[in-house]
Amino acid sequence: MKRLLSHPSLVIGLVATLLFLALGLLSLVWTPYPIAQIDIPRRFLAPSAAHWLGTDNLGRDMMSLVMAGTWTSFLVAAVAVAIGVGVGVPLGLAAAAWGGAVEWVVLRLTDFVFAFPAVIAAILITTLVGPGAVNAIVAIGIFNIPVFARVARGGALSIATLDFVAAGRLAGLGNTLIAWRHLLPNVMSLIIVQGTIQMSLGILSEAGLSYIGLGTQPPETSLGLMLKDAQGVFLIHPWLTLVPGLAIVLIVIALNIAGDGLRDAIDPRLRQGNPNVLA
Amino acid sequence: MIAFTLRRFLGFAATLLVAALVIFWLLDLLPGDPAQFILGINATPESVARLRVQMGLDAPAHERFLAWIWGMLQGDFGMSYTQRAPVAELIWARLAVTLPLSIFAMVISIVVGLPLGILAARRRGKLLDTAIMVTAQTGVAIPNFWFGMLLTLLFAVTLRWLPPGGFTPWNEDGGAAFRGLILPSLALALPQASILARVMRTALVDVTGQDYIRTARAKGLTMGEAVWRHGVRNALLPVLTILGLQFAYLVAGTIIVENVFYLPGLGRLIFTAISERDLILVRGATIILIVTVTATMLLTDIAYALVDPRLRERSAP
Repeated sequence: MKRLLSHPSLVIGLVATLLFLALGLLSLVWTPYPIAQIDIPRRFLAPSAAHWLGTDNLGRDMMSLVMAGTWTSFLVAAVAVAIGVGVGVPLGLAAAAWGGAVEWVVLRLTDFVFAFPAVIAAILITTLVGPGAVNAIVAIGIFNIPVFARVARGGALSIATLDFVAAGRLAGLGNTLIAWRHLLPNVMSLIIVQGTIQMSLGILSEAGLSYIGLGTQPPETSLGLMLKDAQGVFLIHPWLTLVPGLAIVLIVIALNIAGDGLRDAIDPRLRQGNPNVLA
Repeated sequence: MIAFTLRRFLGFAATLLVAALVIFWLLDLLPGDPAQFILGINATPESVARLRVQMGLDAPAHERFLAWIWGMLQGDFGMSYTQRAPVAELIWARLAVTLPLSIFAMVISIVVGLPLGILAARRRGKLLDTAIMVTAQTGVAIPNFWFGMLLTLLFAVTLRWLPPGGFTPWNEDGGAAFRGLILPSLALALPQASILARVMRTALVDVTGQDYIRTARAKGLTMGEAVWRHGVRNALLPVLTILGLQFAYLVAGTIIVENVFYLPGLGRLIFTAISERDLILVRGATIILIVTVTATMLLTDIAYALVDPRLRERSAP
């Protein structure tokens, strides 16, 4: 723990991330105003003591919306990461442990899923079942699967040839146990680092999907949905665009800094960049 | 090289076929009968049945799938029943916005991102390096569509240099069409350029430590010459992979940015199609997007193998 805390970027990124997360969590039990409370006479108010971030085009309190929206963003991105880890990591480990045909199938499968950027997946899902936050989760989650499968396989391959794995095999462990006892613990750090990267990408994707109407729907709110609501009036009231946009940027920067710090702290050898920074 | 290209092409074709199958299957699951939709709720069951036969909807699923694939291979994507026009024509008209937009964005991100990455690597650890990397770190965190809104506020509202949105068709006024795409391509390019700068820097820093750079130095080249002649070329390899992926996602990303600038691109076509439940149009447009993504990845793989002979022998990356 002390070793982890000696990395300033990790501490800064983590603290900032946790602050936003706390703000989001708080919105579950308390927001300054109910987020669905429409109050047309009080719309487009500048920031004041009563409304810290002012009010939007429907007179809703921007602070409350940002808090609730932050929670949605975290939730969507986190569940999408969970889907990616839950399906992708076993696939990647299986590919490394079994090799041969299993590996071929997993690789082709990941290639295939890469052909479906989250937007395209979301388009198909929305056509099928209509828009909603769950769509965004599934669409981003599907896209996360090959990412984690590749990371897990890559990490596991470099370990699979080491002596302790061979010793495990001699001791009679099957592929499943090898993957579970030896490969998984050793790729955990890679997965955690990739997890923070996918978290930040997930938050950006959720914003994009909600902005074009394929994600979160009212009366729920998200930072992307706030930007969608502001679209019609942003030339006259730029404030409504600046607030949720800046919130997204700050959260993503916090997560990225935490991720970079985590990577340096866990494994200094990984410091040389990561190609998986694609949006 | 021929064997490699052939193998990759087969993989490309297989991916597309499976993707088409998935799309067909998903959209076929949908409740709702296109024939009923066209004729309205007051149509008699007989006329609906007649139109179903006419549209080929009564055929078994596998026959309809094969007919769809066969039609697409000949450039026939079917008829949109809400717009009453061939899907291929509708998509083609929208690609005149989406493709130039993606290409402009890609060019901007290369022209800005690569030199900044090289500069940062050459001044590694210096103030300039830090400045460029902090900018890039911020750049990847900014949603491109939000950046588009900010650009509109600055260049269209405050400075009034460029139009805030909308699009003049190329054949009406090419200059106006181009001006309409400047802000959207800048918006799309920002995160891409940031990623490129980071990847380029990392790759070049990696390469600079290699033996062949030392050899080149020993032969009397200055560090700058050695890096320029030997380093950049090698560092471009990982950059090339990223470029391919980036272009693929740029095409998908335009869908979101088009919305900010009210551009009549592929994305807006798809959204209208979704809201009007025009499944044939959704099907055609998504498959075109997937073809673009996979074809770009195929071309990247082949380009990569052309530049780096070491890769031709291995099938999996």
